[in-house]
Amino acid sequence: MNTWVYIDHFKGEALPPSWEAVGVGKTLGKVTGLIFGSGLDSLAKTAFEYGVDEILLADDPVLLDYRPEVYASTLKQTYQGRTCDVMLFPTTSRGRELAAMAAIDLRTGVLVDAIALEAAGDKLIVTRPVYSGKVLAKVTCSLQPQIITLRGRVFPKPAQQAGRSGTLTKVAAGSGALTTIEGYTTSGGGISLSDANVIVSGGRGLAENPALQPPAGMDAKQAETWRAQQGFAMLKELAAVFGGAVGASRAAVDAGYVPYAMQVGQTGKLVSPNVYFACGISGAIQHLAGMRSSKLIVAINKDKEAPIFKISRFGVVGDLYQLLPALITAFRQRLVK
Amino acid sequence: MKLIACVKATPDTTAAVKIENGKVTWGEAPMVINPWDEFTVEAALRLKETNGGTVTAVSIGGEEARIALRHALAMGADDALLISDPALASPDPQASAHLLAAVIQKVGSVDLAFFGRQAIDYDSGTTPAQAARLLGWPALTLVSVIKVDGVGLRVERAIEEGRQVVTAKLPAVISVVKDIGEARFPSFMGIRKASKAEIPVWSLSDLGIPAPSAVVEQLELRDAPVREVVCEFITGSNPQEIAEHLADRVLGEKLL
Repeated sequence: MNTWVYIDHFKGEALPPSWEAVGVGKTLGKVTGLIFGSGLDSLAKTAFEYGVDEILLADDPVLLDYRPEVYASTLKQTYQGRTCDVMLFPTTSRGRELAAMAAIDLRTGVLVDAIALEAAGDKLIVTRPVYSGKVLAKVTCSLQPQIITLRGRVFPKPAQQAGRSGTLTKVAAGSGALTTIEGYTTSGGGISLSDANVIVSGGRGLAENPALQPPAGMDAKQAETWRAQQGFAMLKELAAVFGGAVGASRAAVDAGYVPYAMQVGQTGKLVSPNVYFACGISGAIQHLAGMRSSKLIVAINKDKEAPIFKISRFGVVGDLYQLLPALITAFRQRLVK
Repeated sequence: MKLIACVKATPDTTAAVKIENGKVTWGEAPMVINPWDEFTVEAALRLKETNGGTVTAVSIGGEEARIALRHALAMGADDALLISDPALASPDPQASAHLLAAVIQKVGSVDLAFFGRQAIDYDSGTTPAQAARLLGWPALTLVSVIKVDGVGLRVERAIEEGRQVVTAKLPAVISVVKDIGEARFPSFMGIRKASKAEIPVWSLSDLGIPAPSAVVEQLELRDAPVREVVCEFITGSNPQEIAEHLADRVLGEKLL
């Protein structure tokens, strides 16, 4: 199959699921990478090293920032010049949006968030989770091209082969801008929840440390938030040992302890790290929906009946505040040389 | 301003969804407004409160769609509109985008069409971008802050890398995330008003379009495999000992 893979990047840095998509593309045959942006020679070089055979590069100042309407128009005119059978996108916020628009522009459909692919004749059948992962649906689309977005951290990332090269073809940028990008406030380094190998998450339980004495002058609510934030600082320390990220339950976000960007669950982020530490999280169904595909789940909770233990491989029933410092030390001794 | 809030009814988040005879079922669990769409309505109402105008809630479906519409009315939407037609058995997200784009055009002079980030049934998250593309309007997705002045708007979007500030002209399509602000609870008066409201129904012939063809074929549905784990509780005589046991066991899984 003639497969195109859209390489999603931010300021020239590819998001890891882009390379996973290249790996999937390689299993189908020759891979053509689509790279849109401005000043991206180094990204193109990296793409070849991850296995892309040919690159269609739209390198133009008008593409400096991702804008869906301009990128979709670039994709449409690139496709009309040459066509392909399958178009793969990573299920990132940009990848999902662009794939959706491409389906409209190219009069085909889009199969979102695939976790498995199988070939049936000249079509691909996609398995995708629906109803927050409670149900798996097998879906396909008979129209050409087949547009598929792949869930991150499901498919293996191919090995990077230094010095590998391929054909680079320049294509024209599209037009039709409707938006202006004024700027960014980046979340200040740190790995994102969707890319993290290890996630340490906290829930309401983090506010329940009677031993901590809040600064004078706080009312009850402020004291509760302050206590929880001391707890989250500890989670951050544990996550840092692994180069991981910190998440939170909806209860912790709704209580105002931490920002919404940290929420894992049905109405937050969907994550699947190798290891997920659930600290003081009871395991409401809406939280489980966001993290149940983690490879290994470790739960720490003072209530041994908490539902989180039902999906955890390891559990500790006890006081977070006593255990966390000891756990940080134990992992540091073993991992930090 | 003329504001449209697109909403959908879904099974409650805590529903035990499973497959019976090849169909999705959720027992006695109630249908509710899609949790993301509470923020859709909230965002539209907040904009109405600061800039004036009307909020019309729109949903596609059968009787169940009225649940989502009544919730929106109870929160404070001015009116509601149900798109229902026997030819629309169960529109997929792309068919919904076609229908909603047609509704927005038919309503006319709409300034902003609000959507939720995704519906918790299909979890597709593609309808807002597709509706915007069909309308030829700016697609401002995953929005957490909205400011409108005159003919333009300025939004903050929540993306992987943090926040992005984008400006565009009206009309536009906006999909919102939870950061837009806590969704209000329907008031007692709101619920009473919503229960009495007459909700107009538009068919495909009212819209003047044929039923959009489903482009995605569903071949099979099955229950997600149950996670076969037995939790091993790590114990010890003091926190240090528990922590050391736990660290050894976690590292023993060779995932780090």
